[in-house]
Amino acid sequence: MSVSEMSAKAVKDFLAEAEEILDQLCSDLGVMSDSVDGAECSPDSLNSVFRGAHSLKGLAGMFGFMGVQELSHNLENLLDSLRLGKVKLTSPVMTLLMDALEALGAMIRNLSEVGGVDPPIEQLVARINSAISSPGDSENDSIISTLGLPPSMLNALTEYEEHRLLENIRKSRNIFSVLASFPLATFDQDLAELTDILKKTGEVVSTLPSVGSSIESSIDFEILYGAAKNLDEVTLLIADTNATVRLLGNGATPPPTTASVVVEPDGSVPNIQQDSSITAKSMSRTVRVDIGKLDDLMNIVGELVLSHSTITDITEKMRQAGYSGHLAELQKAAKGLERKLNELQKGVMEIRMIPVGQLYDKMGRIVRKISKEQGKKVDLKTFGADTELDKLIMEDIADPLMHIIRNSIDHGIEPPEERVAAGKSERGLIRLSSYQKGNHVVIEVEDDGRGIDLEKVKKKALERGIISDAEALSEREVIELIFLPGFSTSETVSDISGRGVGMDVVKNNIAAVSGMVDVESKLGQGSRMIITLPITLAIIKALIISTAGRFYALPITSVLESIMLHKKDILTVERKEVIQLRESTLPLLHLNRFFHLESKVNEADSCFVVVVGVAEKRLGIVVDDLLGQQDIVIKNLGAMFEGLRGVSGAADLGDQRTILVLDVSGIIHESTKGGGQI
Amino acid sequence: MRRILVTEDSATMRSLLIATIESCGDYEVIEASSGFEALRLLPREKVDLIITDINMPDINGLELISYVRKNANYADTPLFIISTEGREKDVEKGLALGANEYLVKPIDPKRLQALIVKYIGS
Repeated sequence: MSVSEMSAKAVKDFLAEAEEILDQLCSDLGVMSDSVDGAECSPDSLNSVFRGAHSLKGLAGMFGFMGVQELSHNLENLLDSLRLGKVKLTSPVMTLLMDALEALGAMIRNLSEVGGVDPPIEQLVARINSAISSPGDSENDSIISTLGLPPSMLNALTEYEEHRLLENIRKSRNIFSVLASFPLATFDQDLAELTDILKKTGEVVSTLPSVGSSIESSIDFEILYGAAKNLDEVTLLIADTNATVRLLGNGATPPPTTASVVVEPDGSVPNIQQDSSITAKSMSRTVRVDIGKLDDLMNIVGELVLSHSTITDITEKMRQAGYSGHLAELQKAAKGLERKLNELQKGVMEIRMIPVGQLYDKMGRIVRKISKEQGKKVDLKTFGADTELDKLIMEDIADPLMHIIRNSIDHGIEPPEERVAAGKSERGLIRLSSYQKGNHVVIEVEDDGRGIDLEKVKKKALERGIISDAEALSEREVIELIFLPGFSTSETVSDISGRGVGMDVVKNNIAAVSGMVDVESKLGQGSRMIITLPITLAIIKALIISTAGRFYALPITSVLESIMLHKKDILTVERKEVIQLRESTLPLLHLNRFFHLESKVNEADSCFVVVVGVAEKRLGIVVDDLLGQQDIVIKNLGAMFEGLRGVSGAADLGDQRTILVLDVSGIIHESTKGGGQI
Repeated sequence: MRRILVTEDSATMRSLLIATIESCGDYEVIEASSGFEALRLLPREKVDLIITDINMPDINGLELISYVRKNANYADTPLFIISTEGREKDVEKGLALGANEYLVKPIDPKRLQALIVKYIGS
């Protein structure tokens, strides 16, 4: 892609990012305005504002927006002097910062709107320049040298970090070197935990990484830390971590030697024009919200839904008990509440939804990258980019989707020569399409490659000892083998697909968001992977069932039908109970046996069977009673119950009862693993 | 194919850099949106050239250069600094730490291409 080709999209990206930076700058300046005149401004927020202006300057320069570039450049200089302590943060300086931001905002808005007039920036630039002066700091080097820092560390300090180090020394704080080693996989969290502890009582000046004991697995950090503490106190502070600390220099830091020069900006030109272009209006009409807030909101909606069903229950009880008084009005009010609740629920859900197209962009990159690596020619065609999916599901699905596409290019699409020989076009095609199907979103990845060779799959599975008899397997069962752990048909383990992520992991990751994956394939013509996902996990309809006196919820999306069954209809095939349902044989699972519960109605003549299905798999779950449908909000069971088989979470029924939600794909998986009575 | 690691925290700047590099020739670009991400990628991926910004939120570009030069696998890997006007002192330090070249934003695509070709070939 050339620079000019991407320019339209890039300008849009620039506007979005510029606006974000400006918003951040405004909020950081708000924090800083608390410390005007006297109180020490937090180095973190000052540095954050500086970096914001710096990024804006860089971006504007890249796009040739000269006005924005010039003003942000000057703003950056002023902020740089502020953070380096060359200029003090006084209220005229603060006013100047605010004016500069306002002008930048107007200029950026004008880039996206027609007819705007840029505010004149010459005056602002002049004010900024008069505010900045640069007295040299000649003694700095000698002060820092008393610490005895190794040159490798000194050289990696930016000018700003050097200044922060000096500030700490001037405040008579001790300077420490904190050494820690972390595993490469988790170093960012580990380091953040350590610096959080340190920041409580001091300032982290610099974080220097170096190669750990093993390049592949660990990384070391040397943290330069300033605090008004002695060595014992800091040692105690980090006692719970694996870090070690030593005091730099002799601990007796010199008193303040140089005072920074206070320069008042020229206050005589406070001539801010009451320009009509100044507006508080934002350019893009979108709001960025932490998904956690939406989760909270959804929980509240869920609880309201439960309160509503409690009200409905009470009305029903009143009707049965023969109250007639205001019953009709109550029922009407409850109906009205239900309608509004449905709208509210729908509204909150819609906020969580984002278009699948956001994933497509990433996948396009991956297709280009892998086909280049493989020397294959592959086109990607996408359909249904505006299909919407829950943000959280979207995030969890990105990796599995990427692996499926990698697999398609790696194993599916043939090299150009082979394609031509087979009478196909030289360029392979991958179609990525999404569409909504009821309460589900389906994402399909289809390639026109060589397809899955069933004979090869069987052979491999026999070799690996995954199966013992290939003859008895249907075509579908053979394809399913590719989802088993440890299965790979590729003869050469490639750089990409050979990274140890097999289809079993892909399948598990998709199942983790209650999704399922199916494969269709025709030898020589290509394969199609079909991922079916729930639109959202936040609130679902569930069928409440009971067995052995306990209640459970079954997500309605996996329930196909429920039937009443006479015990005499149950057949036993290969020690497994099944029933004949229309043309097919349906394996049965007694829920009470699955959870090792004693059933009181076991002896009864008839029972209910809930037929559930995930992808192409079907299972009849035998239960004692069906209690009806209800909206539930699934809550996590927490780390303690992680890995509990057959259960995906808990839900509140609204009448102070909490019940377990069944993990249908997990139960089907367990029951089809074979062996034992189910 | 030659692989280039681009470490830059601004998404827009990063995608522009990548587009510029990709238009220069047949290079594969690996992107890191922060110094930490680069630290995570470097031990796993073999790269032929590293391009890094200096001002980043977690660790700065100088600290990254220092890490790279102490790492036996990358001691000789060409490394360019991307900097802005007015940060001469930081650039000087970066060069002293072992950076090979520096570019000032806004990046001149021709100069970037010439440097890439000079260090890792086209």
